[in-house]
Amino acid sequence: MNLREVAMELDPKLKRLTLIQLAVPVTLLIVGIGGGLLQALMRAGVIQADSALGLGYYQGLTLHGIINAIVFTTFFAIAFGNALVSYALKARLNMKVAWISNILMLVGTLMVAIMVFAGEASVLYTFYPPLKAHPVFYAGLALFVVGSWVAFWNWIPVYMRWRRENPAEKVPMAVVGIFATFIIWQICTIPVAYEVLVLLLPWSLGWTNEINIELTRTLFWFFGHPLVYFWLLPAYVMYYTMLPKLAGGKLYSDLAGRVVFMLFIIFSIPVGAHHQFTEPGIGSDWKLLHAFLTFGVAIPSLITAFTIAASLEYAGRKRGGKGLFGWFRTLPYLDGDRYLFPYLFVGLIIFIVGGSTGIINASYNMNLIVHNTSWIPGHFHLTVAGPVFLGFIGMSLYMVEKMTGKEVKLKKLAVTVPYMWLVGLFIFSFGMMRGGLHGEPRRTNMGMTYLNPDSPLYRPEWEFYVLLTVIGGVILFLAMIVYFAVFFQTLFGEKTTEEKLVFPLSESYHDERAGVFANFKPWVIGAIVLILLSYIPVFIDVSRSTSSGAPAYNPHLPVPENQISGGSTEERVTESDGTASDKEKNDGETSEDGE
Amino acid sequence: MDKHEKRVIFASIGLMAFFFLAVILAVSGLGITVPDCITDREPFTEPEVIQLDETHYEVHSIARMWTFDPPVIEIPAGATLDIFLTSADVVHGFQIESRAVNMMAVPGQVTKMSAKFDKVGKYSIVCHEYCGVNHHSMEGVIHVRPVEDMPAREVSKAGSPASNATEGGAKL
Repeated sequence: MNLREVAMELDPKLKRLTLIQLAVPVTLLIVGIGGGLLQALMRAGVIQADSALGLGYYQGLTLHGIINAIVFTTFFAIAFGNALVSYALKARLNMKVAWISNILMLVGTLMVAIMVFAGEASVLYTFYPPLKAHPVFYAGLALFVVGSWVAFWNWIPVYMRWRRENPAEKVPMAVVGIFATFIIWQICTIPVAYEVLVLLLPWSLGWTNEINIELTRTLFWFFGHPLVYFWLLPAYVMYYTMLPKLAGGKLYSDLAGRVVFMLFIIFSIPVGAHHQFTEPGIGSDWKLLHAFLTFGVAIPSLITAFTIAASLEYAGRKRGGKGLFGWFRTLPYLDGDRYLFPYLFVGLIIFIVGGSTGIINASYNMNLIVHNTSWIPGHFHLTVAGPVFLGFIGMSLYMVEKMTGKEVKLKKLAVTVPYMWLVGLFIFSFGMMRGGLHGEPRRTNMGMTYLNPDSPLYRPEWEFYVLLTVIGGVILFLAMIVYFAVFFQTLFGEKTTEEKLVFPLSESYHDERAGVFANFKPWVIGAIVLILLSYIPVFIDVSRSTSSGAPAYNPHLPVPENQISGGSTEERVTESDGTASDKEKNDGETSEDGE
Repeated sequence: MDKHEKRVIFASIGLMAFFFLAVILAVSGLGITVPDCITDREPFTEPEVIQLDETHYEVHSIARMWTFDPPVIEIPAGATLDIFLTSADVVHGFQIESRAVNMMAVPGQVTKMSAKFDKVGKYSIVCHEYCGVNHHSMEGVIHVRPVEDMPAREVSKAGSPASNATEGGAKL
């Protein structure tokens, strides 16, 4: 791309680290994306089996969720943040600390991956107890999260120094955005770290017998919804600070971006109970409060829709577009030299539907129609697999190009990926959401029962919707094959120009004083106050409604692990897993589908 | 801040306020609400269907890997069913086909929702939370029968709570 950016000299250590942080997760995505296609086929009954290619359906689903939604996104957010903070603040990071973070995360990923592949952690990416995974799985998750904290802590001194040296200047918007992302992450991962380290790990080791299940769920969703903004905000950083320039214009309003990021800090956490509307243990009035606050977190996204559209209109008119909608025709939709534009633009279009369906989910009693149906994955594929995923893979390609000095190969193909993705995703998610409204459950190997004509549970009326998800899934898979070809050809191609550290940062059209939006402090304090107000009553309800805890269960057996006789925990698990007769007996007793 | 931008911020707040008002109306006007926090009932270990009066039934449903207990809930057409749900092992889901009944079964907790069934037929209950390797085969049924087809039952005192079930309630 030739956008006359001001490039910076690239620290070779940062280059090496960043390439690892981008290439390792993109390589893992091959498994995650392939797994996604397999699940679409198995779910629809095209492949009618408990497992395919040696991976059980629920084991594959665990991998799909963890790789695509946790590992890929977190590594990317850190690689992007490291480079962006260095570039926007013109500073060097402490590379030792950055490496400590990276090693913790790589080791954590490896521990989790080994346990999932070994079949010792088929608990899905939400790891809801009392289904139990191997202790190494929980330890790996904890290392991964702590590693991500270390990466953030490494930016703080650089930021403080910049503030000291530039007291009169506004902090660059890119830094505000990426700091907002990681402030949210830092706050929301504390309860889930508590869940994993204090509750789940000792319990999975057999040191404690029972844990409070509703408490673990509430701690998880304290983290689970802000997680969505941890995914989304790096994409917002790209929309505010880069998309206007890629389009050939300016950001319509600098202040709007700052308002939006601060509002996200306030509203993205005290909303988690909207994932728990159908659960016991939390008063319905507190659930309504969380619904109300969730509506608050929609406001910054609505502002963003306006500001980014206005920025694109400004760019379109500068490019010669006339009339009410004429500007829309002049944007660089298929310009190979600005391949990043379609990745971001298409993500925005997808997010119009993704965001609107999210408001439906948050709508308290309307949630009864959609909760845990396939509507939900239909919705969140339009967010995390839409603007987030496209922004992240597009930016990964851009960062590899700039940092290696290897011009992107197959640019004409690279710009088609987002459009293929758009078509595939809309078909897929439409199928999932409509099916969900007709009662299709999520996270269910429906090919074995609900979409198996020989099963008493057969639901012929769902066939059409799962057919759509298969068609959509195949298109999504093909789009990714093209992306992988472009990414790896570029990565392993020959150097054509200088290695540099650069991002296409936009100027602002309206550039006002940031005032109260210039500092994080009041917003972080506001967030903590709101969290306390909205969560204290929830935790009180959980504690007074819980009568008993639950022992650990292996996903393969309907009896608690501590009632299975003989051997240590480890031996018992492998025994019950590995012995064919044991499993057959158990299946025969409990399922009616004649597996 | 530019005047268009200000208008958009006010419009955004207005839109979300309107949506929230619609939710409140659906709660107070139509009475559609979500499960509340229950502190006065211990999770039960015996599944049962209790007839409270002519048209009011109560079920104690236990979700377990990988069945619902009772597997079939029989009620007459026109009956209102209070569903109390718990889990005997892991977390399960409980969703009734074409009804706004959607609950989680959590061990150590009781979830409650009610629904009225006017039309005769079989309504399947789907477990919609992953609960182990046979999750996809876990299903229950609510069988709504014509009133005259219902077997004669001893009717318990009207509105009697669950604790009286053992004396007067009809067990399934």
